[in-house]
Parts: sequence; C-alpha cells; structure tokens
Amino acid sequence: MTVVFGIFLLTLLLITAVAIVRTKNLFVAVMLMGIASLLIAANFFLLDAADVALTEAAVGAGISTVLFLGTLALTTERERAPTSRKILSFAVVSAAALVVIYATFDKPRFGSPDAPTQTHVAPWYLDKTREFIDIPNVVTAVLGSFRGYDTLGEVFVVFAAGIGVLFLLAGAPGGGKRPAPPGSDVGLSRHLIPRVVGRLLIPFILLFGLYVQFHGEYGPGGGFQAGAIVAAAIVLYALLEGEEKALQVIPRRVLLGLSAGGAILYGGVGVAGMLLGGNFLDYSVLADDPVKGQQTGILLIEAGVGLTVTGVLLSIFHAFAARGRQA
Amino acid sequence: MNAVLDVASWVLLTLGGISVLIGGIGALRLPDLFTRMHAASITDSIGAILVLTGIMLQAGLSLATIKLAAILLFLLLTSPTASNALAAAAMLAGNKPGIDTTGGKDDAQ
Amino acid sequence: MYYVVTLATLVTMALALARAVMGPTVYDRVLAVNMFGTKTVLLVSVIAFLFGRPDFIDLALAYALINFIGVFAVLEFFRTRAVRREADEGAGRR
Repeated sequence: MTVVFGIFLLTLLLITAVAIVRTKNLFVAVMLMGIASLLIAANFFLLDAADVALTEAAVGAGISTVLFLGTLALTTERERAPTSRKILSFAVVSAAALVVIYATFDKPRFGSPDAPTQTHVAPWYLDKTREFIDIPNVVTAVLGSFRGYDTLGEVFVVFAAGIGVLFLLAGAPGGGKRPAPPGSDVGLSRHLIPRVVGRLLIPFILLFGLYVQFHGEYGPGGGFQAGAIVAAAIVLYALLEGEEKALQVIPRRVLLGLSAGGAILYGGVGVAGMLLGGNFLDYSVLADDPVKGQQTGILLIEAGVGLTVTGVLLSIFHAFAARGRQA
Repeated sequence: MNAVLDVASWVLLTLGGISVLIGGIGALRLPDLFTRMHAASITDSIGAILVLTGIMLQAGLSLATIKLAAILLFLLLTSPTASNALAAAAMLAGNKPGIDTTGGKDDAQ
Repeated sequence: MYYVVTLATLVTMALALARAVMGPTVYDRVLAVNMFGTKTVLLVSVIAFLFGRPDFIDLALAYALINFIGVFAVLEFFRTRAVRREADEGAGRR
C-alpha cells in the first residue's frame, strides 16, 4: 500500500513540477513550490524518514515561502521572455534525464534487503548505537556522532551560505534607514485577527522548537529542524509587528553572533575532545562514562546546529527585508 | 466498550473523509474565489475535527492523543486565520465578493 | 478504516492541486496551498496510525503550527505592494 500512496504523491509532485516550469508568473511558481514541499515531506514520511520529513516541513512551511516572497518584492513577478536557445536546452535536459533513467536500471529494487545501504554500514549503526550511545533515535546517533564530521561540514556550509547572502544583500550599515511610515501601520498590525492569533501562537511555536531541539535523541528532530522552527516564530513576529520591532528583540549583531557561535560551539566540542585526549569530535572522553560523554556531545553539537540555523535564516530574512525598504 | 469505540471512530473517520472530499470538490467546482474559500475553509475545520477525533478514539489515553488534541487545537486556530488573511489579501488587491460571470480575472492584476 | 480517510485525503490533494494549477487568480492558488497544508496534516496523522508509528505525528504538529505563516507572508506582500503603489501615485510618476 505504501508503494501505491507513494506513486500517487510522486505523480502529483511531477504535475506540480511541470506546472512550476510552465508558469510565467513567479508568484504562482512560489505557491506551487509550497505544494511541492508539502508533497516531498509527505513522501519522506511515507518512507519512514520522519527526521528528513520534519526538516522539509520546518523549512518549507514557514521559511522558504517568506524568503521567496521577499525576493519577489525586490524583483518583478513576471518572468522575462525566454531566450531563443529552447531546443538546445531541451536537448541537454533530455540527454541528462535519459542518463539518469538508464542509471536507475542498476539500482536495487525498492525496499530490497540486498540493497547496499542495508548490507554495508547500516546494520552496524543499528547494532552499535545501543552499545556506544544508547539513545533511541539512530538517525540522531548517526548524524551527531558516527558521522559528526559530515554534520560539521553541513553547519559550516549553512554558515558560509548565510555570510554569502549577507555580502550580496546587506548594503552599507545604516544606509537603508528610511523613516517608518506614519502611524502604527507597519506589518499586519491593522489586520486584527491575524495579529491576535499570530501573537497567541508565537510562544507555542517557540516551545515546539525547543521540544524538537531537545527531543531529537528520542524522536524525529534535532538542531536543523528546531532552528528553522524557531526562526519561523521570529519571522511570524516580524510579519505581524513590522520587521524593525523584530530587530529590536534580536538585533543583527546578536544574529551574527548566533550564526558564528553555533559553528564555534560545534567545532569547540571537537577540540575539547582532542584536549581531553580523544580524537576530534570523539565525544566519549567528555564524561567519565563514554556513553554519557557521547550523549553530552550530541546534545552540545545539536545546540550549536540549532543556533547557527536560527541565526543564518533570520539574518537572510532581515537582509531581504532591509533591501525591500531601500527599494 | 472497545466495539463501541471502534464503531464511533469508524463513523467519525468516514464522515471526516467525506467532508474532506466535499471540500475538495467544492474548491474545484464552485464559481468564484470567495465561494471556493468558503468550501475549503469550512470543510478544513469540520474534516480536521472529525478525522482527528476519530484517531484519538483509536489511540486511547496516550501521549499520541495529547499531541493529536494539540494538533486539532492549533489547526482550529490557524486554518480559519489563514483563510481570513487570504480573504484580506484578495480584498486589498480589489477582488470583491460576488459571482463573476466573465470567468474570473487572470493572474494579471 | 484508515484507508477511507487516506484515500479521501489523497483525492482531495489531487483536487486542490488541480485548483492550484488552474488558478485563475493568484488567490485561488494560495487557497489551494493552504488546503494542501491542512490535508497534509490529516494525511500524516492518519498514516502515522495506519503504519503504527504514532510517535511520528510531530510532523503534523509542525505543519499545524507553522503552515499558516506563508499565507501571512502573502498578505504582507500584497499590503506592502498596495502601500507602495499608493505612495507612487501620490508622488506622481517617478
């Protein structure tokens, strides 16, 4: 039955993708991207990949639509007329698609127990998580400890991406200061129902973010998801009360500090492991009991991931909003 | 007792499924934006109540039921608010309620 | 019995997608996205129980809490555009 549901959702995803490519109106494309994100998350969920599904949900539902619309506010909604190289690009795309389809013939069947992923390291992870780390969610164990280097790389990629966006978008400091429009007519403060309900929900979103952050060792969740959810709560506040109010709550400097601090915290845990006589990112030496040490290390690095993701996403959001005010 | 719960949750789930489907058909078939919004938002709420209550009866007293109750509460808060915000956005851009016999404006404002 | 709801939700998702692709106005598409979000919450909750993984409904909770932010962003987008258009008209053509 999973296969039938999955194929149905993938068909819808295909229709959405074609519609995104065909539409000339970029606003419509943004809305269809929202649907695509929901479909992908539902598909991940069907395949039992709850952690990935939660990441897609946290980023796709709250942040990405807001950032896309922020981009659209800076440009136009209409796609420019396509250049004349249509046939050439179509040929390139079809050739690439044929290669990819040809490659799928060599792949193992869906759910096959002989697939390399099932026979190579996965059984070892499933086997040893209990002995070495003793947390129920193996995904978090793999992400945080066994493959800690990869996650460290991801965090630095997120950090570098944020710095890159800031370099591109953030103008001269203080250059974009335009007096706020008269009255309290900023954000959605005139729209009473969204404002009341939104303000009511912000604490619950933050609470849920913390739950996802610290429950990651027991269920789906972790730093990436929690960072995106917390950022969504602050973005909601910025939408309701105007972006300046949100900057008063968490100024830009603090956001930069969060982005860098999270990455430093992650790296610092690794260095601390070295100083205590272990390898880089070997958490076993962090406490007397190796298992306890592993758990402490994972908790710390997940906190670092969460801080970096929150800081970077909010910095990007504010960079777009500041550009919008300048224009 | 268990049989009663099963039947109750079966009825709730089926009714929920039907109302969700009615909402989908309404959103596709009704003639203009505000009528479609009406179909979608009402069935969003009633479908969520019926389906989630139906699952809650199956889950019994557990953490899952508390989470489902929280989901239901938040859905009942956010879904109508989103509809309200959407209607406000449509009104801002000059879409007024009323049957449009010309087949509706296109994406060009 | 979960299958009835799952199928109804999947079909409704397809109908909402048809509405999103057809339009005709942009607001119809936003409406379709919003519908799609609620349907995803229901689908995830039902499937979590259908497959006996009730601890996975955190995903539904996440969507129930933050999916409406996108619609607020749409409202804010059209509000700033309306304000800007008014300001432009007030100041004459730039």
